[in-house]
Amino acid sequence: MTAPEVQDYVGFDTITQQMERKFLKRGFNLNVILVGESGMGKSTLVNSIFSTHLVDSQGRRTAQEVIRKTTEILPVTQTLDENGVRVRLTIIDTPGFGDQCNNEGCWVQVIKYIKDQHAAYLERELKPQRDRIINDTRVHACLYFLNPGSRGLRPLDVEVLKRLTEVTNVIPVIAKSDSMTLDERTLFKRRVKEEMSFHRISVYPYSSEDDDDEDRMLNASIRELVPFAVVGSEETIDVDDKPVRGRRHGWGVINIFDETHCDFVHLRNFMLRTHLSDLVEVTAQRHYEQFRTSQLRQIKELRAQQAAAAAAGGGGGSGSSQPPVGPLPHQPMAQV
Amino acid sequence: MRDGSGEDNNVAPSVYSHVSRPGSHRYKNAKKGLPFNLMLVGESGLGRTTFLNTLCERAVVPPSEPPNPDQAHIAEPMQFKHYAVDMDEDGMKIILNVIDTPGFGNGTDNETCFNQIQEYLETQFDDVLSEENRIKRNPKFKDSRVHALLYFINPTGHSLRQIDIELMRRLGNRVNIIPVIGRSDSLTPRELVLFKQRIMDDIAAYGIPVFSFPNSEDDEDDEETVEENAELRAMLPFAAVGCEEVINEDGRPVRVRSYPWGVVQVDNDEHSDFDRLRYVLLNSHIGDLRERTQNDIYELYRTEKLSGNTASAASNPTADATQSHATMALHPRSVAA
Repeated sequence: MTAPEVQDYVGFDTITQQMERKFLKRGFNLNVILVGESGMGKSTLVNSIFSTHLVDSQGRRTAQEVIRKTTEILPVTQTLDENGVRVRLTIIDTPGFGDQCNNEGCWVQVIKYIKDQHAAYLERELKPQRDRIINDTRVHACLYFLNPGSRGLRPLDVEVLKRLTEVTNVIPVIAKSDSMTLDERTLFKRRVKEEMSFHRISVYPYSSEDDDDEDRMLNASIRELVPFAVVGSEETIDVDDKPVRGRRHGWGVINIFDETHCDFVHLRNFMLRTHLSDLVEVTAQRHYEQFRTSQLRQIKELRAQQAAAAAAGGGGGSGSSQPPVGPLPHQPMAQV
Repeated sequence: MRDGSGEDNNVAPSVYSHVSRPGSHRYKNAKKGLPFNLMLVGESGLGRTTFLNTLCERAVVPPSEPPNPDQAHIAEPMQFKHYAVDMDEDGMKIILNVIDTPGFGNGTDNETCFNQIQEYLETQFDDVLSEENRIKRNPKFKDSRVHALLYFINPTGHSLRQIDIELMRRLGNRVNIIPVIGRSDSLTPRELVLFKQRIMDDIAAYGIPVFSFPNSEDDEDDEETVEENAELRAMLPFAAVGCEEVINEDGRPVRVRSYPWGVVQVDNDEHSDFDRLRYVLLNSHIGDLRERTQNDIYELYRTEKLSGNTASAASNPTADATQSHATMALHPRSVAA
């Protein structure tokens, strides 16, 4: 049954403008985590996507710098303004990830950080007196950097992607794809998709029942491109007196905005121009909800256990006078 | 001959070479062929096997079927794969024995790789040691000591990673290590210069022994050689690009990698150091690499072993037995190859 047509102009269609005004006043948070070995082009890519020097590379560049032994978490927040829209952009770098001879467990700190943000949000949400607007530090997107030249996913990639895709929106990219010929890229993408499918690694974008045909087509074309084979650059080069954002090799100039050279334009449009609000929404509605559900269930079980123990203990000890258990940090989670 | 006579004895040994270089006639073992044992080490995807195929100008390593998707999470253990290729370099026959090490560095935990390679290298030394000590030696003994190890470095543009430092440090006194930058076409010319500098700074800072094109100790090198060695030292690490695509340019075969923005010519000195490296391995420095292995490196190992170095002696009980029969009168001469 189609909705009845409104006869006179009522004016509720201006809600979009009202929302926009509120949004403009408030601004929004965007939190992106970068996961990949050093030298994969993480900083350059994220600086290219936002056309701003947001982060410095944490890679070792002199012999004096010590080699990191663990994965560090390094969030950097800046406020960007575009046409009156303010975004509080936090880029979380993970120097040390995948850089050791033995990389067992190098993902632990990364997963913990992501879950900690969910936990912090949950805690604030559950407060009796909570903020009108909770500062959202939840990770909305994870750019996962694959090694160009490998045949497909490496064992470390499989282990980490499995865990990452459970807690956040993962977008796999090859940031230094300028050493892969077009054929090599096609093969690589195909293999990675096969491997992800086999290992049940589901990356963003996800399909949802609310999708209409347009959404489905757009998502399908994005899924075709995954992993995005991009090239990043913060340099502008002169080519025939025209400025080009790219890289100058001895045999030619790469223009990162040229679709025949790399997928940069597609990645940027996808992340910022078509799916930006979806990234934020899906984080809240899918990943955060999953976390919240499992946390609250655990708390419920814990309380039930304590109540049973108190009842069994017959009022002895400190059992009965314990204050209600607040939300726990997510340590009870057995598996990280 | 490199006698500075001014005569142009330059040759272009490889049909793809852009530059002709002086022919080196230090070794004229034309009949039997000079054995050269070369090991290739590096994570997968850095162009090891492509390099080998490019070096030998044919598909020595056949293109393999990629493993099934269900194998992606399994780290294949490192293997030693042997290939023997007969090469003809400027009239000099070379028996190129290549040892590839697929699986190096691909696991989540790669600590055992170093020991495996070290064991391999030392086993070849042990074989020579026991052969030397035999009363009746085997004239057909095959000397498998590794003359050079090409170590492929990931073109990050930063300084060395832990795995690079560990490998070169641990193996540097057991084999001539020549560091190579894999997939070097990923770097712009400026980045490449900076990267090479950073790597050499690290190598100096960590005291990593790599083959540094030393001049001969008794000063018998002429000026040209000294200059050449200095030039090669300044080129380290070599920027390698390998490929298997050949196009026709004005009737000449040219090996390339084609990108939408341009074409990399593998044998062009301005695009990569491949041709230079090939020349070093198969021509100008094949003698130096072999001699240094047989004289300095092997001798060092032998001394350590015979003077009761517990680490190496303990791992090889049969060598101990040989040791007790060895007489001090035996000359520590390398076995004729």
